[in-house]
Amino acid sequence: MNIPAELKYATSDEWVRVEGNIAIVGVSDFAQSQLSDIVYFEFKVDPEETIKKNTVFATMESVKAAADVNAPVSGKVVAINEALTDDFEKINTDPYGAAWMIKIEMSNPSELDALLDAAAYEKSCHERSH
Amino acid sequence: MQLRTKNPVTSGVTNMFIPHTEAERDEMLRAIGVNKLEDLFCDVPERFRFPDLDLPPALSEMEAVAQLDELAATNDTARSLISFLGAGAYHHYIPSAVDSIIRRGEFFTAYTPYQPEVSQGTLQAIFEFQSLVTALTGMDVSNASHYDGASATAEAGIMAYHHFRGKRPRMVVSPSVHPHYRQTLQTYMSGYPDVEVLGYDQDPFGTPDQLIPLVDYNTSLVVVQYPDFFGRIFDYTNFAAKVHEMGALLAVAINPIALALLKTPGEFGADIVVGEGQPLGIPLSFGGPYLGIFAVKNAFLRKIAGRLVGETVDGQGRKGYVLTLTAREQHIRREKATSNICTNQGLMALAATVYMSLLGKSGLQKVAELCYQKAHYAASRISEIEGYKVIAQHPFFHEFVVECPRPVAEINEILLDYDILGGYDLGKEYPSLNRHMLVAVTEMNAREDIDELCDALQEASHE
Repeated sequence: MNIPAELKYATSDEWVRVEGNIAIVGVSDFAQSQLSDIVYFEFKVDPEETIKKNTVFATMESVKAAADVNAPVSGKVVAINEALTDDFEKINTDPYGAAWMIKIEMSNPSELDALLDAAAYEKSCHERSH
Repeated sequence: MQLRTKNPVTSGVTNMFIPHTEAERDEMLRAIGVNKLEDLFCDVPERFRFPDLDLPPALSEMEAVAQLDELAATNDTARSLISFLGAGAYHHYIPSAVDSIIRRGEFFTAYTPYQPEVSQGTLQAIFEFQSLVTALTGMDVSNASHYDGASATAEAGIMAYHHFRGKRPRMVVSPSVHPHYRQTLQTYMSGYPDVEVLGYDQDPFGTPDQLIPLVDYNTSLVVVQYPDFFGRIFDYTNFAAKVHEMGALLAVAINPIALALLKTPGEFGADIVVGEGQPLGIPLSFGGPYLGIFAVKNAFLRKIAGRLVGETVDGQGRKGYVLTLTAREQHIRREKATSNICTNQGLMALAATVYMSLLGKSGLQKVAELCYQKAHYAASRISEIEGYKVIAQHPFFHEFVVECPRPVAEINEILLDYDILGGYDLGKEYPSLNRHMLVAVTEMNAREDIDELCDALQEASHE
């Protein structure tokens, strides 16, 4: 299982890459492997909208389940990865790269402190895979 | 039967439909540690527990059937009368094969089974239904049906609302959409506090264009009917373009029989097609069960409620049918579902499928042509009767409005004396139109029936 060390993670399986005051968000390798083949991906927010931590910004469906994707931090949506709506297979093949989902301009960067580091997230995945 | 007994539970039930013996019941009670059956009801307050029911003495099955037959015989039906009543439910001929096929044991259930893939025949029939509906409407995708035209129309409202994620809270509905559909849509949308439904107070006989000024960038959905409630046919091509200019979706409520002759809603740019499927081989049956049609363009495939059957192949390459794309249903999305509809009108969808298959494309066109021609004959004959005026500035299909010299309710009383079921009294839904009768004519009305109607209308024209 791939859990890049430089990222932060939410217990609901989103990852965050911090670039200045921008948080780039996607879902983890663990999440995509649990869901298996993604068959649909849809955004629930538009650029320029403000979103709160732990609210749904996208929803996806796999052959096994439907799942929501939550914002790990609050702020303004500055970009969404439109291409993912048609190219959702990338969520399975490149979860940390081409399958980034949104960029949030953080309104409260201290929210990052509540997220897990790679080691803590790995432990969380490990516990859940039993 | 012990209908009058004080204790129907334990007084030696001899009902032959209960398979358990006294000994078996005692054994079950012992197993769960209860002394007697009454103890199972101890949580119900004692005075409510075994009320003395004031019921007449029990009847034998033979007596009950006789009594029901007697009651049923007091009804007049579309079969015993000459009927010109439509207004959303229509009297058409139903080939005998429809009933024979839907009553086969393999098919005869109202439900899609809970393990649907076990019932390949049922799923195939639904798949055929979906294919026929898309062909008839010119749309890309049809679901496996809703309860009726009204609930299908209301689902269009829910779909449009969620499509725009609640950001376009306005809906514009033509006053010439069936009043029951409008009321049902209104009821469904009453759970969404920000939604406003406009358009009902416009001129009922106005043209669709009167709605356009109401459509703004907050509008998610515009609903029109085709032919409309008054039977009028409008080409909505330009109307659809104007609705789309504002970014709203267009839902069109259809009569499936009329579509055999008309340009399809898909051709003029409808995003959603809803409709009442009853005319497709389903009897009037005093109002139901009927059949809701719901079809969309491909772009909305993942937004539609209800179930969808897809065709696939199994691991060995054999053709098979599965329930697919049910991700909007509550059994998968739980509290995040956008609709509570988890079912369809399976048996009625089957009836419609059998009906359409038996008639085929040319048969369905023939039915539609007969309806159209007979209705136009009736309209021209009625317009010759003094005191009556046929309101037909627009093309119409098999239904039209007649302005009468007296309140419609009074005329219909007189028509009934001639064993004629008159047209719908529009005053019931549009109080200002109590002298306006909506007359429906189908292939079931012979020329002589129409002539009889005209004679009776003439008789009824004066006090």
